[in-house]
Amino acid sequence: MAASSETQGSTPRVSLWNDPQKRSLIYQAIVVVMIVGFFGFVINNTADNLEKRGIASGFGFLYSPAGFDVGMSPFLTYEPSKATHGTVLIVGVLNTLLVAITGIVIATIIGFIVGVLRLSPNWLVSRMAYCYVETLRNIPLLLQLLFWYFAVLGTLPSKRDSISMFDTFFLNIEGLFGPLPVPQDGFWMILLAIAIAITAIVMIKKWAQKRQDETGQPFPVFLVSVGLLIVLPLIAAVIAGFPLEFEHPQKNRFGLRGGMIILPEFAALILGLSLYTASFIAEIVRSGIQAISHGQTEAAYALGVRPTVTMRLVVIPQALRVIVPPLTSQYLNLTKNSSLAVAIGGAEIVAIFAGTSLNQAGQAIEIIAITMGFYLTVSLLISMFMNWYNRRIALVER
Amino acid sequence: MADLSYVRTESHPDMPPPSSEVGILAWLRQNLFSGWLNSLLTLAAIYLLYKILPPFFGWAFWNADWNGTTYKDCTSGGACWAMIRVRFDQFMYGFYPEAERWRVNLWVVLLFGSAIPLLIENSPGKKYFAIFLFILFPPIAYLLLYGGMGLRVVDTAQWGGLFLTLVLATVSIVVSLPLGIVFALGRRSNMPIVRMICIAFIELWRGVPLITVLFMGSVMLPLFLPPGTNFDKILRTLIVMSFFSAAYMAEVVRGGLQAIPKGQFEAAQAMGLSYWKMMALIILPQALKIVIPGIVNTFIGLFKDTTLVLVIGLFDFLTIVQAATTHKNWLGTSTEGYVFVAAVFWVFCFSMSRYSITLERRLDTGHRN
Repeated sequence: MAASSETQGSTPRVSLWNDPQKRSLIYQAIVVVMIVGFFGFVINNTADNLEKRGIASGFGFLYSPAGFDVGMSPFLTYEPSKATHGTVLIVGVLNTLLVAITGIVIATIIGFIVGVLRLSPNWLVSRMAYCYVETLRNIPLLLQLLFWYFAVLGTLPSKRDSISMFDTFFLNIEGLFGPLPVPQDGFWMILLAIAIAITAIVMIKKWAQKRQDETGQPFPVFLVSVGLLIVLPLIAAVIAGFPLEFEHPQKNRFGLRGGMIILPEFAALILGLSLYTASFIAEIVRSGIQAISHGQTEAAYALGVRPTVTMRLVVIPQALRVIVPPLTSQYLNLTKNSSLAVAIGGAEIVAIFAGTSLNQAGQAIEIIAITMGFYLTVSLLISMFMNWYNRRIALVER
Repeated sequence: MADLSYVRTESHPDMPPPSSEVGILAWLRQNLFSGWLNSLLTLAAIYLLYKILPPFFGWAFWNADWNGTTYKDCTSGGACWAMIRVRFDQFMYGFYPEAERWRVNLWVVLLFGSAIPLLIENSPGKKYFAIFLFILFPPIAYLLLYGGMGLRVVDTAQWGGLFLTLVLATVSIVVSLPLGIVFALGRRSNMPIVRMICIAFIELWRGVPLITVLFMGSVMLPLFLPPGTNFDKILRTLIVMSFFSAAYMAEVVRGGLQAIPKGQFEAAQAMGLSYWKMMALIILPQALKIVIPGIVNTFIGLFKDTTLVLVIGLFDFLTIVQAATTHKNWLGTSTEGYVFVAAVFWVFCFSMSRYSITLERRLDTGHRN
């Protein structure tokens, strides 16, 4: 009906069906009608179903008491008696971010090392790196997590006879216990010293760059930076009288209490995630370095640049451009894969919010929607950041 | 005539190369001990291997037990492979009735028999194998596995083991390929609304983890359908997994479409071909050929990801092995179970990734870089 009114305006010779613009309008109208119809159908059904089962929809459940323990909450105190499902959500989000960031850092370090070893002239070492990559990336991640959690960490000694390292670290089936640093009065001086050190490093770096541009004289920025970062806070600590105390884990009837604790679920998750993702990152790094034409290295050698400097100043900056886009998707994968914690009883968003909270509150649609929304946001943020970084290093290109 | 006896009349035989340049010693020197850093690395590597390999082989082979009916029969201190032996049929077929297992075997033979020729370059009759696999095979597979038309109906609750893993992976991939092509075409379409919808679909599914998608399939999907419709858990899982992998497939296919030079599109249009004819006859045959490695890689990822159905209570290969290791007769064999599952997955995934790498090398015409 809408189609017949459109025909009147068009030139008489071209039939409606043969005019690409009109035709695409009709196609799109059909698609929109189909999509709207589909969503109407789904929403209608959902409303019917919810009414039948007597489930009230809405986000009110976020304020109702949760009443279960989440296991791990390093950033805010979690009391099972007072917590609401909203608290559970916040704890889950924070834990997921902690797992993702820790995992990304460790996976990047291992991945870069293995990727470089894979290209090592040493036959044995490069073969071993190859075996590492090919073994880990061809085995499902979930299986690796279960292996670390049940087969490796499950064999740790019971809490009565924990393995002790220098009487400060204790390892048993409940986790790795260590001293917890507690800042005392005057701790601000150390923080101030660190801030000063960082400012100084930034300024030195600028000055060194300028001097090298003008005179060609390099300056050992890295060594000086490390020195500053160690010496300045140390001086501040001496002046303030070491304002940092350690709370050691105490042994009591029920095992170890207090101090800092790394739970086995968390350890298994980090181990599994970072070792698995590192095998992919290693391949990305290897192919990135191999993508740099050999002429670049030869030219640098011909100019008398030493191999390590060639790697640092010639090969890696160019390789990064090849490496960053696939690296981004690996970071995204790691973040999404942290949801597998649900299988080993971790404490991140899918496990405690989309798992326990969903079972207790029964608000399936809201909870799954919030969870998916969280992952979508994180995915978008990570890809935005990496796109920004990618543009920044791409600027170096001629 | 002067005596010229000191002049040699034949050339001196070649000297053997210096011993430091040939043979095993030279190889060792060049590849393992070319400098102090390399020597150090080599020694560290040898130490690591010494620490890992002998204990592992001792555990897995020399001290292993191969026979027995419970964990107590495994007394030599090594791996207890007897568990795998006793439970092997269950690991492969799940709870599929023993008398009907030939149907699963036949399904596997048909599946591999029609899929492998498709993956071999220049194999004859590719078109017929493709038609069979994508059009005739699905109903045949349904009849074979589920039953009907004279075959006994086997409820999907009895499906399990490696067989279920293969069903999940292959059905999702076969369904997601056409879906992915449609969404990839939609994403490159000139129609803004269609393009927007396709982008939203692809990015939504790619932005969330598979676990939340599986939860959605098992918890939310029943709510979306008219009250009273109740359908199978495996079918629900298959639906959401197909959509999930279709989003990834769409991106793979889009990569292939982007690699086709613009001249191909223009030439096809100049010949007066319609959009669908252009796509079906000119663009897609070329684009799909270059993305076969990408499709295989997506399949590897999907195959590994099928293990996640553990969280919604389907008895796939990993879940069924894990369940066996928690049985009272076999408590303490979890490592053996995991190693076995890992080995099976590894063989599948490694061979597929080798295939995709070989193909990638052959398809690489060297035009890039």
